[in-house]
Amino acid sequence: MYSFEYARPNTLNEALDILCSDVEPRLLAGGQTLLAAMKHRLTAHSTLIDLQAIDALRGVSVDGAILRIGAMVRHAEVAAHIEIRGRLPALAVLAEGIADPSVRNMGTMGGSVANNDPAADYPAAVLALGATIHTNLRDIPADDYFLGMFATALARDEILTAISFPLPDAAGYFKLPHPASGYVLAGAFVARFGDTTRVAINGAGPCVFRDAAAEGALSARFHPDAAAGLHFDPEDFTEDLHAGKDYRAQVLPHVIRRALTRALA
Amino acid sequence: MLLTLTVNGREVSRNVEPRTLLVEFLRDGLGLTGTHIGCDTTQCGACTVHLAGRAVKSCTVLAAQAGGAEVTTIEGLSGDGLHPMQQAFIDHHGLQCGFCTPGMIMACVALAHEDPDMTEAQARERLVGNICRCTGYNGIVAALMDGAKRMAGDV
Ligand SMILES: Cc1cc2nc3c(=O)[nH]c(=O)nc-3n(C[C@H](O)[C@H](O)[C@H](O)COP(=O)(O)OP(=O)(O)OC[C@H]3O[C@@H](n4cnc5c(N)ncnc54)[C@H](O)[C@@H]3O)c2cc1C
Repeated sequence: MYSFEYARPNTLNEALDILCSDVEPRLLAGGQTLLAAMKHRLTAHSTLIDLQAIDALRGVSVDGAILRIGAMVRHAEVAAHIEIRGRLPALAVLAEGIADPSVRNMGTMGGSVANNDPAADYPAAVLALGATIHTNLRDIPADDYFLGMFATALARDEILTAISFPLPDAAGYFKLPHPASGYVLAGAFVARFGDTTRVAINGAGPCVFRDAAAEGALSARFHPDAAAGLHFDPEDFTEDLHAGKDYRAQVLPHVIRRALTRALA
Repeated sequence: MLLTLTVNGREVSRNVEPRTLLVEFLRDGLGLTGTHIGCDTTQCGACTVHLAGRAVKSCTVLAAQAGGAEVTTIEGLSGDGLHPMQQAFIDHHGLQCGFCTPGMIMACVALAHEDPDMTEAQARERLVGNICRCTGYNGIVAALMDGAKRMAGDV
C-alpha cells in the first residue's frame, strides 16, 4: 500500500470538509473492496476518510411502505435484521449470500452500491426495487444511478448516506455464484408492485440493467414458467475467464425462473 | 499516528503508520504471531480475529480502523487453560498442519456465539471463508458443532 493519512470524522460535515479540501481523498466504509485495491497499489490516496463513527450513516427504519437503510449498515446486519427479514426477506437473503461471515461483518451496503462492481449483489436489489439513493446533496432514483462498469451518478464530493427501498408485494433474488469467489456470474432480482414487475440483471453484463422483455413477460404473468420463453442476446454480455457470453445468455432465463420461484415461496 | 486499542483485554498504544494492517500490528507490533497471514487477499481466513466481538479478516482491516475498539486474538481467547472450542478441535482432530487453525477457531467461536444450534449444513456453509488445505473439513465441522454445544453449556 502507498502511504496515506487516516481520518475518522464524527459527523457528515466533518467528512465533507476533508473530502472537499484534501488532494486525493477517498471514503473508507468496510474496506473489503478498497483495501484490496490499495494493497495491489492500484490506487493511491492522500487521506482515507473512515465513515464508521458517523451515526447519520447508520440505522434501519421502516416508514409505511418504505424501508430505509443507512449506508454504513453492514451486510451481516441486513442479513440478520428482524424487520428486513419480515418485510423484505429477499434483501436479507441477498445480503446473507455475499462473501463469507467475516467479510459480511465489515462490508457495507453503501460501499457496495458506491463501488457498483458488475458482479456485486446489492445493485440488482436497488434497481429492481426502484430504490432511491440518498446523498448529502440530493436523492437519486435508481434508474439514473448506475451508469456503467464501476461507474455511478455519485460526484467526487458526494457521500451516499442511505437508500430507501419501496416494499414490494413480492420479490426474489437468485444468483449463479462463481464457485470460488461467490461473486455473481449471472443474477436476477424480480420485484412485483401491483400488476407490474421490475427485473434487474446483474453479473451478466458490464453494469446492472433492467430488461424490458423480461419485465413485460413477468408483468403479464408472475410465474416461474413465464421465464421459459425469454431469450437474451449474448452480444450484450460479458465474456471473461469465469464464463462466456453465450453461457451467460443461456443460463439467464433459468436464473430468472429461480428468482421467481423464490419470490412466490 | 498514535493508535490506542484494547487487545486481549489489555490497552495498548503504539505509533503506527496509517497503512498498517491490523494483522501486521498484531504480529509485528505486539508479537502476537498466533494470527497467521495466509493469502493476504481476504479469502483464506487464517488471519481471523474478533473486532468488537465480531469475526473479521485482519489482513483486510487497517489497525487504525480498530482504534478505540476491543480486539481478541487466539492468544486471548481463554485466560486459563483451553477454550472449549480449542478442546473440541483437539478431540475431533480438527487440524493437521495447524496453519489455518487459529483463524478457524476464532471464526468458529464467533459462529457458535451467533447460533449455537446450527445444522451441519449451516456449519459447512458458514465456514466458507476459512480454508484448510489439509482437507480436514470433516473434523473441523465436527469440532464446530460440538464446540458450539460445549460453549452453550449443553455438554
Ligand atoms: C472475499 C470477498 C468476497 C466477496 N464477495 C462478494 C459477493 O459475492 N458479492 C458482492 O456483492 N460483494 C462481494 N464482496 C465485496 C463486498 O461486498 C464489499 O463489502 C463491498 O463491495 C464494498 O463495501 P465496503 O463497505 O467494504 O466498501 P469499501 O471497500 O470501504 O469502499 C468501496 C468503494 O466505495 C466507496 N464508498 C464507500 N462508502 C461510500 C459512501 N457512503 N459514499 C460514497 N462512496 C463510498 C469507497 O470510497 C470505495 O471507492 C466480496 C469481498 C471479498 C473480500
